Amino acid sequence: MAKNKLDWHTGEQNNGRAPLSLENVHVSYATRRGKVRAIRGVTLDLHAGESLALIGESGSGKSTLGLAIVRLLPETAETSPGVITYRRDGREVDVLRLKPNEMREFRWSECAMVFQAALNAFNPVLKVWAQALDTAKAHGWHDKDAIRRRLVELLEFVQLDPKRVIDSYPHELSGGMRQRVLLALSLLLNPQILILDEPTTALDIITQRTIIKLLRELKEEQHFTMIFISHDLAIAAELADRVATMYAGRVVELGASDDIFYRPRHPYTLGLIRAVPTVTGGFEQLFSIPGSPPDLVELPSGCKFHPRCAFATDRCKQEEPELEEVGPGHTAACWHWREVEAELQRNPLHRGALNVLDVIEIDEEVVS
Amino acid sequence: MAPILEVRNLTKQFGKGKERVTAVDSVSFAIEPGETVCLVGESGCGKSTTGRMVAGLLEATSGEVLFEGKNIKQLDSAAFRRYRQSVQIIHQDPYSSLNPTQTVRQILTAPLLRHNKVKPGATAEKRALELLEVVDLTPARDVIDKYPHQLSGGQRQRVAVARALTVDPKFIVADEAVSMVDVSIRVSILTMLARLKEEFHVTFLFITHDLALAKYFAWEGRITVMYLGRIVEDGPTQRLITDPRHPYTQALLSAVPEADPELAQHKRQIELRGAEIPSLLALPPGCTFHPRCPYFAPGLCDVAAPPLEAIPEGGRVACPVRRQERVSLLV
Ligand SMILES: Nc1ncnc2c1ncn2[C@@H]1O[C@H](COP(=O)(O)OP(=O)(O)OP(=O)(O)O)[C@@H](O)[C@H]1O
Ligand SMILES: Nc1ncnc2c1ncn2[C@@H]1O[C@H](COP(=O)(O)OP(=O)(O)O)[C@@H](O)[C@H]1O
Ligand code: SF4
Ligand code: SF4
Ligand SMILES: [Mg+2]
Ligand SMILES: [Mg+2]
Repeated sequence: MAKNKLDWHTGEQNNGRAPLSLENVHVSYATRRGKVRAIRGVTLDLHAGESLALIGESGSGKSTLGLAIVRLLPETAETSPGVITYRRDGREVDVLRLKPNEMREFRWSECAMVFQAALNAFNPVLKVWAQALDTAKAHGWHDKDAIRRRLVELLEFVQLDPKRVIDSYPHELSGGMRQRVLLALSLLLNPQILILDEPTTALDIITQRTIIKLLRELKEEQHFTMIFISHDLAIAAELADRVATMYAGRVVELGASDDIFYRPRHPYTLGLIRAVPTVTGGFEQLFSIPGSPPDLVELPSGCKFHPRCAFATDRCKQEEPELEEVGPGHTAACWHWREVEAELQRNPLHRGALNVLDVIEIDEEVVS
Repeated sequence: MAPILEVRNLTKQFGKGKERVTAVDSVSFAIEPGETVCLVGESGCGKSTTGRMVAGLLEATSGEVLFEGKNIKQLDSAAFRRYRQSVQIIHQDPYSSLNPTQTVRQILTAPLLRHNKVKPGATAEKRALELLEVVDLTPARDVIDKYPHQLSGGQRQRVAVARALTVDPKFIVADEAVSMVDVSIRVSILTMLARLKEEFHVTFLFITHDLALAKYFAWEGRITVMYLGRIVEDGPTQRLITDPRHPYTQALLSAVPEADPELAQHKRQIELRGAEIPSLLALPPGCTFHPRCPYFAPGLCDVAAPPLEAIPEGGRVACPVRRQERVSLLV
């Protein structure tokens, strides 16, 4: 396979190992109503081999951030200021300065994105095999037999029958099959990073489980570096090493998955967790977050969460907090995170299993 | 107590000739007044079709719907109208079910006036404002002159509930009523619906594909699981969630992603023999789950459709092979 010809630089010492770094990234959309400030200053390092989940309500900016990284935003979007740096083998590129042909290379061979609406992501008039061939050829790979072998291997990996799928049109496949074909295609040119936008949304539960298992394998056996974007906290709990909560275009909390789920320090993260039921956990009281997400054209003053926050004070209405360290490898952007900590000491978040004793007692017989 | 709603061998077929499918196949259940029943299952299993037949929006191909003990097919036209008012349906997408050219005031006062629901001495507007308070759209005066597009998804869903309440329903079919609402506000809508149960004695048939939500909403009620048009298991929620007996129910519960890392780690993975759901156009013989079922017994499961039989722990299970076996969902 032809190795790519991006404009690499020698990496700097600091952050030398993070394959992807975002520094103060901003994105806005021009609309008739005014500027929609979808991303407002995101700074983030993605570590090699980790899976990071971006969670938050609809409109919090998750997809916009993913699209900004692979530069697939519509023309009405402006990505500035901000710097996105991509690194591999001790060298680095400035993603926002890549030329269009380099960008295409980047999207397939370095950092691939699998989209929310799996059907739109395909060319509807091309069979799966033709899509793969086109992609490979566009990247200077012409050995048809080798391409076919690689595609068959990938289709088998995503548990599809290559014979059945390879000569199908996208519309002939079910939603779950399409999502798996897309995953296979995105791996065709061996990218280092995979960004998955709502990888299981709109799929049936059993299909969701198949996709989650596949993604776990990618993560645990092939050590892919991945970003999961989902409004569904369960995807983060099932797959992520680290979780970033987004609200009104900012990362408001970032930490190891267990820290986020059991020791959140931002009131919004706490609110999301307390709003979501589990199936095998004990029965617990759920709470919703009052109000609704802010208008990104006319943002509230100070902390953007203050109109909905039970911990808010006057200071919150005036000054917007920055991320600060609240524990090892754990940051939150909240003036009053210590009060969230105190609240959790009173009412901890560990759910525990439903009828644990009962469950263990009858456990002799194993299904799989 | 006599059931408020009962369906017997309810069946719905769509299409003609080769394209004919049985979307709902001989479904029977009864719901008592004040009870909350959740209908769960994957997309296309027949939940909405069942809900629409229950609400009288769709005619059954065969079988019966009994509302307050009476077969709805045998009602005279006045009684049928009363039944249609008593059973209201709330849909998934309030945006498409609310008329975009009408204000909330018009959306609520029109049915109040049309059905003579304004009490003497009151006005339709006063009643509309009361209903907005009931669904927690306060201050009601700020909302009443808005158009649907000026409201958030959650607020629109509350208006849809208020509209259903204009005709004093006794029974509400809520079809994926919170599926399109953001997680952060879902719970407040569920809490509001639960309050209608208490304060207005409304009985709910709550349709959802989300089992965690079903567990939460119907914790004191019952869950009915459908697969390819048939009921495969039902029972009191707490029994069904902790001690599911039908292999499909077990597969479904074990597949649900959990919003808790520890539970996610300890969930049992049940391996199905086949991944794809069969098409309604080519249903497997016998138990329709048999091509995927890990307990498939040849010569038994692929011969006759297993009957739905009661178990002592509560509810019914359509699987003679596994009806009495307990399986843990956590390891
Ligand atoms: N093409 C566009 N033009 C104008 N505004 C847009 C456009 N795309 C997205 N936005 C706005 O940007 C904000 C963030 O959108 P984005 O889709 O990134 O959020 P999200 O959290 O991924 O939401 P969802 O879960 O609904 O996909 C929203 O307010 C959205 O309305
Ligand atoms: N009007 C219709 N014409 C033909 N098929 C239909 C119609 N409505 C529903 N169906 C089919 O009936 C089955 C059950 O549908 P539905 O009750 O909507 O499922 P659910 O609500 O559980 O997703 C599906 O296969 C669906 O395609
Ligand atoms: S800064 Fe204030 S308003 Fe913002 S989340 Fe913290 S307590 Fe709430
Ligand atoms: S009847 Fe047979 S195939 Fe069907 S669920 Fe029971 S064991 Fe499985
Ligand atoms: Mg999105
Ligand atoms: Mg439906």
